[in-house]
Amino acid sequence: MLKDITIGQFFPGKSVVHRLDPRMKIILTGIFIVLLFMAQSILALSVGIIFMLGAFLISQIPLRLMAKSIKPIIPIIIFTAVLNLFFISTGDMLLHFWIIKITTGGVKTSIFMVVRIVCLIIGTSLLTYTTSPIALTDAIERLLSPLKKIKVPVHELSMMMTIALRFIPTLIEETDKIMSAQKARGADMETGSLIQRAKALVPILIPLFVSAFRRAEELAMAMECRCYHGGEGRTRLKQLHIAARDFAALTVTVLFLAVVILINRIL
Amino acid sequence: MIKISIIKTENLTYVYGEKTPFEHTAVDNVSIDIDEGEFVGVIGHTGSGKSTLIQHFNGLLKATSGRVFIDNEELLWEDKKKLREMRFKVGLVFQYPEYQLFEETVYKDISFGPKNMGLDDDEIDRRIKETARLVGLDESILEKSPFELSGGQKRRAAIAGVMAMEPKVLILDEPTAGLDPKGRDRILGQIKEYHEEKKNTVMLVSHSMEDVAKNATKILVMNNSKLFCYDTPVNVFKRADELEGMGLSVPQVTKVFNRLKAMGIPINDDVYTVEYGKKLIMKMLGKQA
Repeated sequence: MLKDITIGQFFPGKSVVHRLDPRMKIILTGIFIVLLFMAQSILALSVGIIFMLGAFLISQIPLRLMAKSIKPIIPIIIFTAVLNLFFISTGDMLLHFWIIKITTGGVKTSIFMVVRIVCLIIGTSLLTYTTSPIALTDAIERLLSPLKKIKVPVHELSMMMTIALRFIPTLIEETDKIMSAQKARGADMETGSLIQRAKALVPILIPLFVSAFRRAEELAMAMECRCYHGGEGRTRLKQLHIAARDFAALTVTVLFLAVVILINRIL
Repeated sequence: MIKISIIKTENLTYVYGEKTPFEHTAVDNVSIDIDEGEFVGVIGHTGSGKSTLIQHFNGLLKATSGRVFIDNEELLWEDKKKLREMRFKVGLVFQYPEYQLFEETVYKDISFGPKNMGLDDDEIDRRIKETARLVGLDESILEKSPFELSGGQKRRAAIAGVMAMEPKVLILDEPTAGLDPKGRDRILGQIKEYHEEKKNTVMLVSHSMEDVAKNATKILVMNNSKLFCYDTPVNVFKRADELEGMGLSVPQVTKVFNRLKAMGIPINDDVYTVEYGKKLIMKMLGKQA
């Protein structure tokens, strides 16, 4: 159950998408999102879908894995679709029954929204599937480094993010262990009313918090022992380099964006 | 003596992460029959599948294939209520059990299991007092917060929490990991005492051959996810060469006696405790101990 969470789940590989500079991947994902929301016609949206499918095929991420990352947001997709379907009343009337009005405008908008959300999730999942969490936070730190000028603690923030990401699997494992231990003592988490179930979480949350604090303390001590003192003057083990393939990827993405803008103008 | 089967598995197999790139068979086709009242030592390499195996015995893990019987009843996953009741029959103490402590006082923490069983307060009180005595915790400690205790005390409080459920089978997964020699001997002594007093079945997972040899009446050896053997200590330690081939060793005293025998000294090779070894040597030297 807990193992289904896909946050920061990196799927190692050797494809071109994997080898792109993480900074560039973040920028490209940003451009892709802009593209998705600029697309006003079905044709323009198809261009976005083609781009996404292309990236997906190149990345060689298994389809099953991608389906897993879409699964949890299915309720949100359905909710958005239904809301748009009922509350937009432009275009021709398709169905009028009591207070329910379904119009062509509503159908169109809800299809657009669904396609956009799915593309958005696939696009961003592609980023997290092909980039290790460490590379990702590293890239975010670099991209945000201009903010240092206005005294934003960029390095500290990214270090916190790195640590948080690093410890998600550890905490999940820990939760599993504590749950097993309490289940072995007869804890019942599967039946009972909502309040009973909430109460049943206490024997899991308390040990989890205790161990999280203990871990934090140990980690802080270990970092201090290795003379960690913040971002100033720190050099990196892995230098990021923009390569030719990064510019190639950027060119392709910008071209797709241009096509979408062009289609918007023409239609 | 009539042997009554308490835990039985038939072709038990468990696969981790099925249909993912990380697929791994942790328990491979294990069939075993454990009699009531035994003290079973479970040994095997790290990653040999022993921890996974024992989690099947109280229904925490669902076997990929094969069957598990507890007290002659099949463990079925469909009936959650029944499954929970089965868990009361087999008490499982995990590795580093002190991380499961959560209540305000040790007393309340030990009562968590018995309370879940739906026992009345008098019975719970009796059990807490009894298990506290068994694991050597003072009555004054019972009113303390579990987070104030020392490492060894925490460990014993956590073990008491499972013992208080008075399970028919008590399984302990490396209960002495990370303790100093004194704390280790203390816990092992208490487990042995518990076994002798209650006449229950005890399973002890351990890395230390000495610990297992000292206490166990039967030894279960896991190797590469498979059951290597389940037999009496004498028969298991006779296969010293094979055990060493899989990275396990026999107790040091057994090694000494095997070597003596190899040197041509007429002596038994079924020695695995220091006491017995001492007796034999004394006898050989013509002195009665």
